[in-house]
Parts: sequence; C-alpha cells; structure tokens
Amino acid sequence: MRPFTFEQAPDLTQASRLGRHTGQGQTDAGVQFLAGGTTLIDLMKLDVLRPKLLVDLASLKAAANPVEVNSKGLRLSAFATMSAVADDASVASQYPLITQSLQLAASPQIRNMATLGGNVLQKTRCPYYRDPSWKACNKRNPGSGCAAIHGFNRNHAVLGVDQSCIAQYPGDFGIALIALDAELELHGPLGLRRMPFSSLHASTADRPHIETTLLGGEIITAFHIPAGPWTSRSLYLKVRDRASYEFAISSAAVALDMDGDAVRSIRIGLGGMAYRPWRSNDAENLLIGKPLTEANATAAAAAALAGAQTHGYNDYKPELARRTLVRALLEAKLLPMPSAGV
Amino acid sequence: MPPPITRRELLAGGAAFAVVSADPVAAKTAPASSEAAPAAVPVDLKVNGKTHRLRLDARVTVLDALREHLHMTGSKKGCDQGQCGACTILIGGRRVLSCLTLAVTVQRKEIQTIEGLAVSGELHPMQQAFIDQDGFQCGYCTPGQIMSAIACVREGHAQTDADIREYMSGNLCRCAAYPKIVAAIKQARAKMVGA
Repeated sequence: MRPFTFEQAPDLTQASRLGRHTGQGQTDAGVQFLAGGTTLIDLMKLDVLRPKLLVDLASLKAAANPVEVNSKGLRLSAFATMSAVADDASVASQYPLITQSLQLAASPQIRNMATLGGNVLQKTRCPYYRDPSWKACNKRNPGSGCAAIHGFNRNHAVLGVDQSCIAQYPGDFGIALIALDAELELHGPLGLRRMPFSSLHASTADRPHIETTLLGGEIITAFHIPAGPWTSRSLYLKVRDRASYEFAISSAAVALDMDGDAVRSIRIGLGGMAYRPWRSNDAENLLIGKPLTEANATAAAAAALAGAQTHGYNDYKPELARRTLVRALLEAKLLPMPSAGV
Repeated sequence: MPPPITRRELLAGGAAFAVVSADPVAAKTAPASSEAAPAAVPVDLKVNGKTHRLRLDARVTVLDALREHLHMTGSKKGCDQGQCGACTILIGGRRVLSCLTLAVTVQRKEIQTIEGLAVSGELHPMQQAFIDQDGFQCGYCTPGQIMSAIACVREGHAQTDADIREYMSGNLCRCAAYPKIVAAIKQARAKMVGA
C-alpha cells in the first residue's frame, strides 16, 4: 500500500471540503473518502487505488439514524451499516426486496463494516481491473484497452457494455434501489441536493474510468425510497456459484402491484448482468395490464435481454438472466397482497 | 554475547527505526508529495480491556498492529484481502475483518481477540466446544472461526444448522471441518445462553 495522509472529518462540511479532489473513483484520484473500507482498503492493498489523502467519515456514521419509515417512504442513512438495515424489522416487512438484497450480500463480518453509501459505490470485481500487472484496463488506465473482452470473461457484463469496458457492477443493494425508484440525498459543493439513484452510475460511454456523476467532494448522505403498494410485494432472487458469500452471476429484483389478475404496476431490476445497476423498463412495459403468466413473463424476460452482447465465456448469461427473471416474476405473484392501508 | 533476537523482533525494530525521524505535524497539514514513508501517528488501541499506546504508520491495519506491534499472533493473516475470515475479531462487540480495518480508525474502541477469551485459564465455552467436537484440522482458521462463532450465537443467528452455515459463511476452512464447526457451535450455544 502506498503512503497516504489520514484525516478524520469532524463534520459533513469539512469532509466535503477535504474531499474536493475526489475523482469519482479513478485510480489517480488524490482523495478518497473512507467509510467501511471493505472495498477501498482492499484495492489500496492491491495497488489499484492510490490516494494521497484518506478522509475518514467515521464521525458522520456515529450521528446517523439508520432507518426512518413513514407513510411517504423509507429513508436509509448512507452511513448505516449493511447489517443494521438488513436486521431492521420494519424494512423487512414493508420493503423485503431491500432486506433480501442486503442479507444475501457479502458475509456477516463485511456487512458489519460496509456502509450503504460505500456499498453502492463498490468497484467492479473484474480480475483485470483488480490486478495492475495487466496493463490493458480502460477503467484503471484510460486508453489502454480492455483485457477482459478477449480474456476470461465468464462473469462480465452483457448489458450496457461497449468496446471500452465489459466490467460488471457487482452490487445487490443497488439493484433493489434502481427497481424502487430510489433518490439520493447528497451533500457537497452545491450544498444539499437530491438526485435519482438511476443517475448515479455513469454509462461506459468509452470512458469507463469516470464511474459516477458525483461532484468532487460530494458525499451520499441518505437514500429515499418512495412508498407504494408494490414495495411489500417484492423480492430479490440471487443466483451464485456457491450458496453464500458470493457475488451474483445473475439476479433479479421485482416489486409488483396487481389489480385482480392483471399487473397494475411492476418494477424490475437486473443484477450480475450489467455495467451499472440495471432497470428493465422494456420488460415492465410488456407486463402492465396483462396477467402474470409464465408465457408473459418469458416474453418480458426476452425483452429485458434483447440488447445483450456476449464475449465468449459469458455466452451463458442472457439465458440465465431470462430464467432468473421468469422465476422471480412468478415467485412475486405468489407473495401475499399487501394489507389495506399500507 | 547479545541475547538472540527473533525474526519478529527484528522486523518490529526495523519498522520503528523507519518512522523515527518523520514529522507527524508536517504530514497532517500537507498531503505527502513523494512516495517516502509517512509519519507515524499516535494510536491508542484497547485490546481485551488493556489500552496500548502505539505510534503507527496510518497504513497499519488492526491485524498487523496486533500481530507485529503487540505480538498477539492469535488473530491470523490468511488472504489479507477480506475474503477468508481468518482475521475476524470483535470491535465494539461486533465481528469484523481486522485485515481491512485501519488501526487509526478504531482508537479507544473495545477490541476483543482470541487471546482475551479464556478467564483464569478456563477456556471460553466456544473454545472448549471446538476441542470437544474436533472442529479443525490444521487450526489456522480456528481463531477467526471461534470469534465469528461467538458473535453468531450472540446475534441469534445460530438457531438452526442452516442458519449457522449461512451466518458462518464469512469464515473459510480449507480443511473443510465445516460439519464439526457446526457441531461445536451447537454445543457452545447451549452453554452461552445468558453469557
């Protein structure tokens, strides 16, 4: 690990000022915010991230109320640990998709450390990104190429990719957030502002080293998830190479509202499949107003993967994603209707 | 003849020499512009009830502070990348990975390690259960397994075999002693109620 200066931020304003040279996660970013550290310290040990200054956000963590629920929706502190929110009973009953996305992620130790804000900003697990002995990585070393496109790309993305990068977004919680239309609360040079979660992660756009749309010094302080009849009838289905403590090779987030036999409203997120947290409006639009039959679910899943691009070892992924989504949709249909008044 | 020194003492001495001339005040006000070793910072670590005053490079993890600076080698370095769980300790009563935690970030918090479990020579019920159930072969992952298992029981995540397997998934055992680890946790669970 390279030397760095360590600063503890006494408050948000100071943290933001100290962090104004954050570079949205580029390897050469001079400043990094430290929350749980489960991604950052790992990547600093691997010499992938090389900050000169670490700004510790621990004092902000201590002040934060992890979960607030009311009739308008759910507010989650970005400084809450994954385990604090995964263990919250009100989230589990009213937003089971969020609980499941957290419980099925990482290990108990990591969930005790990692914060929600850090979770959504976690870096790809692409082995060529994580190993600087590979010269070609446009995310780490802009303009150098992509070693994964012709490499071992079994768990690389098939949606939202281009010739510059096929890295996969590895998170689970982010898939729940994008399905549930979450908003971010940000604090930084523009003061307090809100932004849709769907705008947080940048597209590859031939510049995969720019990973987010956060401004320099901007800190995620909270997630707002709007209430709706679909939130309690929701689930996260995760497919992995081993039964626990593993990243998804495919996952689906589904939140469903039915009007009798017909779909009134549905929200679909796909994980383990795309360059960034992925919402499938195409699949949603095919289902609205129709009965949730296996045939309709299969047609929706086909639409969700219509734009998939594979690169050899990940040729299996679109079919796995379609089957994951069909199963998730049919399981969501079996969930009980939300009780009146919720 | 000077007394023989161990490899660990030699390495610890070398590390102390490397930081002795650095100026912590200068490093605090200006980000380092070179790759030179940075200044040591004062770090108070409270381990198993006893506070230790150290001067550490900010890069030092809790795991390295324990093993290389406090000579408490019970916590093990497996992968050093947060993937194996061998370094699991309790901080503030919660199980965490000491290899991914910087020592400078946990000052004055309660740190519990495997060395602090036995009381007056009597093993913690979880330690005794791992012996009784033969919950290991090589033993390298065992301190992390035991610390994680104690937290697992206290969290209420050891009710069923399936729960134990799920909530112990962050501790890998390459000897694959998993069935006996589950048996050990069930044995200790009964004795830990109210503990």
